[in-house]
Amino acid sequence: MDWKRMLHTVNKSPTESDKLETCLRFTQAGHAVLLIENAVYAALAESAMAGQWPDKSSGITVYVLTPDLAARGLLGRDLHPDIRQIDYPGFVRLVTENDVVQSW
Amino acid sequence: MSTKKRIMIVNHRPPHGTLHAWESLDLTLTAAAFEQEVSVVFMGDGVFQLLADQDTSQINIKNFAPAYRTFRDYDIRHVYVEKEALARRGLSSDDLLIDVNLVDTGALCRLMTEQDIILHF
Repeated sequence: MDWKRMLHTVNKSPTESDKLETCLRFTQAGHAVLLIENAVYAALAESAMAGQWPDKSSGITVYVLTPDLAARGLLGRDLHPDIRQIDYPGFVRLVTENDVVQSW
Repeated sequence: MSTKKRIMIVNHRPPHGTLHAWESLDLTLTAAAFEQEVSVVFMGDGVFQLLADQDTSQINIKNFAPAYRTFRDYDIRHVYVEKEALARRGLSSDDLLIDVNLVDTGALCRLMTEQDIILHF
């Protein structure tokens, strides 16, 4: 049986909770991780998560929700280059593309 | 009898996602309006509360960040930011909405011992 495609959403900053770190340990190739709400702070190039992201060959894609970046004043800041910014329609598309959504 | 107290309000959380930052700001301004001697501290993720350019128009939450600029009008002059917390997040005082005093852990400890009341949010 094929592994199901999974979207992981995380909403806590990496310095207030270890949920993102834990989520990444459970993330498999082909999965997507979406940073929302306070988890968007993790997308800062210099954050507690620097150096802990899955590399490009892992088959894991990491996204960040742009409206939540804007709300926190992070849009013009130095963000991790491999993290893709998406808007609300992009969020919906990710949900429809994956078999399971897991909210950490 | 003097009713004036030295009150320190310590902020640990980011601005949105919980009501802590908003409630803390409310208490800070209220205490200052009642002429208490207020000190405000931002440490850990709390430093994100002061980040410039917050635009909450797409998340349906009131942007209360501009209210930090009223600290001066309320005569709140003791605003401290933990130096290490900024550095760990790749930020500097230039990224913040208002002028602050950057302090290290030792200086913060000393300031805490000078207070009558310390409240953590």
